[in-house]
Amino acid sequence: MNETQEIKKKVWSMVGRDPRTIPLDEIDLSHPGIWQANEYLPFLERLRREDPVHYCKSSAVGPYWSVTKYADIMQVDTSPDIYSSEPTIGILDTNAENVYPMFIAMDPPRHDEQRKVVQGVVAPMNLKKLESVIRQRACAILDGLPLGEKFNWVERVSIELTTQMLATLFDFPFEDRRKLTRWSDAFTAIPGRGIIDSYEQRQELVEECQVYFTRLWNERVNREPGNDLVSMLAHGEATRDMPPKEYLGNVILLIVGGNDTTRNSLSGGVLALNENPGEYQKLRDNPGLIPNMVSEIIRWQTPLAHMRRTAKVDTVLGGKTIKAGDKVVMWYASGNRDEDAIVRANEFLIDRPNARMHLSFGFGIHRCMGNRLAEMQLRIVWEEIMRRFHAVEVVGEPKRIYSSFVKGYSELPVMVHPL
Amino acid sequence: MIRVRFIAHDASEREIEIEADGSLMQVAKSNSVPGIDADCGGACSCATCHVFVDHEWLDRVGPIGQWEESMLGLTPDRQPNSRLSCQIQLSGKLDGLVVTTPEFQY
Repeated sequence: MNETQEIKKKVWSMVGRDPRTIPLDEIDLSHPGIWQANEYLPFLERLRREDPVHYCKSSAVGPYWSVTKYADIMQVDTSPDIYSSEPTIGILDTNAENVYPMFIAMDPPRHDEQRKVVQGVVAPMNLKKLESVIRQRACAILDGLPLGEKFNWVERVSIELTTQMLATLFDFPFEDRRKLTRWSDAFTAIPGRGIIDSYEQRQELVEECQVYFTRLWNERVNREPGNDLVSMLAHGEATRDMPPKEYLGNVILLIVGGNDTTRNSLSGGVLALNENPGEYQKLRDNPGLIPNMVSEIIRWQTPLAHMRRTAKVDTVLGGKTIKAGDKVVMWYASGNRDEDAIVRANEFLIDRPNARMHLSFGFGIHRCMGNRLAEMQLRIVWEEIMRRFHAVEVVGEPKRIYSSFVKGYSELPVMVHPL
Repeated sequence: MIRVRFIAHDASEREIEIEADGSLMQVAKSNSVPGIDADCGGACSCATCHVFVDHEWLDRVGPIGQWEESMLGLTPDRQPNSRLSCQIQLSGKLDGLVVTTPEFQY
């Protein structure tokens, strides 16, 4: 590490700082370190209590507002005329040449037009048809797990299942499906932290993805419209003439959206049940709690910690004046622990009433398109886990991802114990 | 008191008698009418309290708001008589209202 990097690290890192005594204006939730070290919760709690709409005037990603209370997050998420999703929903500003237009980062009316083209693929009607495929695949994955030995749940179950699902939705060549995982990981990774080494390497992977998906587009545009996402984009009225860069942007969105999120909730649920053995027992006593538990797991994990908006006009939120052009970050991971909105918010309760009322999917027009698919995958996996295993036991420390956006795991060492 | 009839997608029916107070979504939830999720709790922000209003009643339930229209746009089974039940305020003039709940909330 050279001297400049050393200084940077000292200035930005929050790891090891005492969340109770750090001056408020030094709190910087954007730093990935506290998320990887699993130290973020007390910082969120402090901001909710003392400065719920908080301004961080300098950080590695520039100045930004943090919105930490459930009600304020709801306010921002449901006011797209004040808080724009353009030009990006990422905390880091991107320069124009690296922008891949995608509907998550568009405002109405363009957002509505493009989303409508693809949302049918994950509509409940379609999911019903997919249920048996998902169950078959979940069974095969669980039946293939080694008994009596330690393995990485993330690799063997969470990644494998969500990647298979994604390949199905795209009708992506099955034998190449790990490319989807690789691309998805690379798109959200910070270079030099294990997944990719440099921005150049990311760019190479983006281009590889583009070439691959362009081939799929060309194959399908000349065929009858099919039920997969590529065919829907190639034939949809609002999308069939989109420039290549915009096609790629939407492909990236669907890959990331359908991958990291469910994957990390699959891992996070195992961890949460191990940390709360009383809840695991409740589940054994009553597997009928699974659908409710799935919502609770998604709240507890909050697989995407935040979304960013940009103020279009001067506005006031929680008594603070936000200026047009300011970056506003909604911390879903904080709102989901807000005791003023959620009873016993800091407890993991699989039989929680109103478990569906959480922020993990966002609210308003950008609400997660794949929410029902995610819930269905988690439900099926847990149904099949409970048919096979007395316990999925966590037998080592989980490794968390270096990111303040994707909240998840690269490793979760477990052993499975059959019934 | 007014009466509201809920028809499920499988044509099973349920009629409830309630105070004309609050929203149709709240009444459905507090009477455990199946098929209404209302994830956002009535903020017109999730589109999971979607119902189809019987055509005879469309004029009387009031107009669709701009925000409600945007949210309805997210549901793939949107119909001309689609409404979000959290945006239908109950009153005496809705005595006899008939709505159908969809097979799925999106």
